[in-house]
Amino acid sequence: MSEFDPKAPKGRRDFIRAGLGAVGALALPGFATRAMAAENQPPVGTWPAGAEGNSVFIGIAVPRTGTYAVQGEDELKGWQLAIEHLNSGHPLMKAISPKTRKGVLGKEVKYGVADSAAKPNNAVQAEQRFITENKAILMTGSTSSAVAVAMNKLAQREKVLYVTGISGSNDTTGKDCVRYGFRQNFYGQTAAAALGPVLVKAFGKNKKAAYMTPDYTYGHTVTKSMQDYLATAGWTTVTNQVSPLGAPDFSSYLLNIANSGADVLINVNWGHDAVLSIQQAQRFGIFEKMKLAVPYQIPFLAPEVGGGLLAGVYAATDFWWTLQDKYPLAKQFVDAFEKRWGYKPEWGANNAYMSFAFWADAVENAGTFYPPDVIKSFEAGRKLQSTVGEVYFRKEDHQLVRPVVIVQGKKQSDMKNKEDFWEVLEVMPGAPLMQKPDAFGCNLGDYT
Amino acid sequence: MINWTNFVSQLINGLALGALLALISSGLTIIYGTLGVLNLAHGAMFMLGGYAGYMAYTATNSFIVAVAAGALALMVFGLVLERVVIRYFYSRPHEDQLLVTFGLSIVIVEAVRFFFGSETRNVPAPEALNGVVSLGFMIYPKYRLALVGIVAAALLALFIVLYRTRLGMIVRAGIEDPVMVDSLGINVYRVFMVVFGIGAMAAGFAGIANAPVVSLTPEVGEAILVQTFVVVVIGGVGSFPGAVLGGLIAGEIISITSMINPGYAYVMLFAAMTLVLMLRPHGLLGTPGRE
Repeated sequence: MSEFDPKAPKGRRDFIRAGLGAVGALALPGFATRAMAAENQPPVGTWPAGAEGNSVFIGIAVPRTGTYAVQGEDELKGWQLAIEHLNSGHPLMKAISPKTRKGVLGKEVKYGVADSAAKPNNAVQAEQRFITENKAILMTGSTSSAVAVAMNKLAQREKVLYVTGISGSNDTTGKDCVRYGFRQNFYGQTAAAALGPVLVKAFGKNKKAAYMTPDYTYGHTVTKSMQDYLATAGWTTVTNQVSPLGAPDFSSYLLNIANSGADVLINVNWGHDAVLSIQQAQRFGIFEKMKLAVPYQIPFLAPEVGGGLLAGVYAATDFWWTLQDKYPLAKQFVDAFEKRWGYKPEWGANNAYMSFAFWADAVENAGTFYPPDVIKSFEAGRKLQSTVGEVYFRKEDHQLVRPVVIVQGKKQSDMKNKEDFWEVLEVMPGAPLMQKPDAFGCNLGDYT
Repeated sequence: MINWTNFVSQLINGLALGALLALISSGLTIIYGTLGVLNLAHGAMFMLGGYAGYMAYTATNSFIVAVAAGALALMVFGLVLERVVIRYFYSRPHEDQLLVTFGLSIVIVEAVRFFFGSETRNVPAPEALNGVVSLGFMIYPKYRLALVGIVAAALLALFIVLYRTRLGMIVRAGIEDPVMVDSLGINVYRVFMVVFGIGAMAAGFAGIANAPVVSLTPEVGEAILVQTFVVVVIGGVGSFPGAVLGGLIAGEIISITSMINPGYAYVMLFAAMTLVLMLRPHGLLGTPGRE
């Protein structure tokens, strides 16, 4: 990745702008400049209509009901805080997006929220409405990769930028990647590559693993990544219990696991499914026979499960608030979030905030909302300051190269306050955890 | 995971799961079988019973009080709902009944979400029923086993009330010919109100009895409602014994299929329902021709 040099020519757009400036000085009639701009930037998606007024609009489709409702509300608070910080020119936002003053390119950011219930159809319908009625120039949402993948497709079709909410599937920036979609958070492959060595170190080689897998793209790819990594240490899969999203009861799956002879239960379930399956596993006496591991940490899992059930459990995550001791920006973020919302942010809120901040940075650097230029700005590979250190977007698949955080559940007696659920064991650099950009079949598609 | 131990384990689990489904379905089928109203708010009432019990539990720390509160609160809720809304829909088309109860379910679920949020709420099983019991070849949560007995007792009580008492007789007569029953000097609509209250109470009881098993969220009734409909269709719409049989069959299908391929557990449930609808459209114990 080349270092970003603000003085270096930034490409065709800047060249044209500089050229037009010079020509303008020679009193070229105004209509000629407009004609040239229009020729080089034909309307794309909601541009220029969505960027003509004093404000720009972001469409947010997030689960506020259903299995992922709790996590969705946390994400929403992250986005709302980011928008407030953008509009006020908050120092934290400026630290991440240095060119930000107030708003984005001086325009106030407005937004609309729709409940997706983690269902792709709901999310797509809501965003389609935001595009048509509000001329949304950015979309976000997903706490389910099924939604993220559907939104990717909508973004590419409508040529409106999309930054994912929580999405853990390899497919989001793998086989279902798109030119108009960007992902901030970690995913199956990086979770497995980060958590795998920790599990092998803790439990040894040649172990038997049982999996609980939600039956959609997130579950299947995360389980596959874990299986692939652990196989290199001689681990085998004795059973993989695939269940539908929002299963009302896990007893029959848990009996299969109880009778499987596994050493470790790797629970890929998410949201309320994870809460219920872990609680029920405890009631079936499963944790007396095997250890639990959570490859894709779920916001609020520990307090929701309750009873200190996650003590000693290893998990991979994107962000945990005690990282504030290590990263100054994390401290600023945690303080600002807690002041605004009254609790320590979970990683969904952090992901939401960061993805808007990175979008603002991309737009400010592009100097326009014209989507192809904003995409190229993302793809420039600028080093970005984040709440987990320096990160950058990989231009080949639009995945942020970022660390994965390994945490371990604390015993109730070791908790220093009521939100001190996890101990950060390690912050593993992102690049070595990632697959080659083309390994999951990513083909980004066109700019226009 | 196909082996003898797991097979027997899943058979027992199917029984426990089936008992729960039977209890939840019974309230639905009582209301439909007697009043002819397909109550789509049944899942929401099940959930509401759980939350009512949860509130009682947090106030008193007593599971028994929680169960009583869950059941009674829903009985009162059912009586009020019948007077205020449902009774105006007895003579309306089924589509209207579906829409109004569906609307009610949304209102109930979102009202609970407004007050309690979406976070999981836990009601622990009573101390004596906590932990697991070892059956030699398997261990099983004590509370789930106890629940089979609790459910059996509750179902028996419901059966006696509805089929062995004067009240039950009036109800069944009222369904066949309400005008005639009315002309005999019996206020059949007051009886209908009581029946709706009993159905709601069954949902509330099931909700709080289930709380230590499933944990409470505002959506807990939604997923259950779908299964409950499958149970009722398999057993025979409106048939009380059918709900019990359907529940047990559904429980066993989910459990046994999951042993062979967990991904197909719920698919098989719907496949079974389809099969029943094709071969015996009125359900296994339903009465042909009854709407």
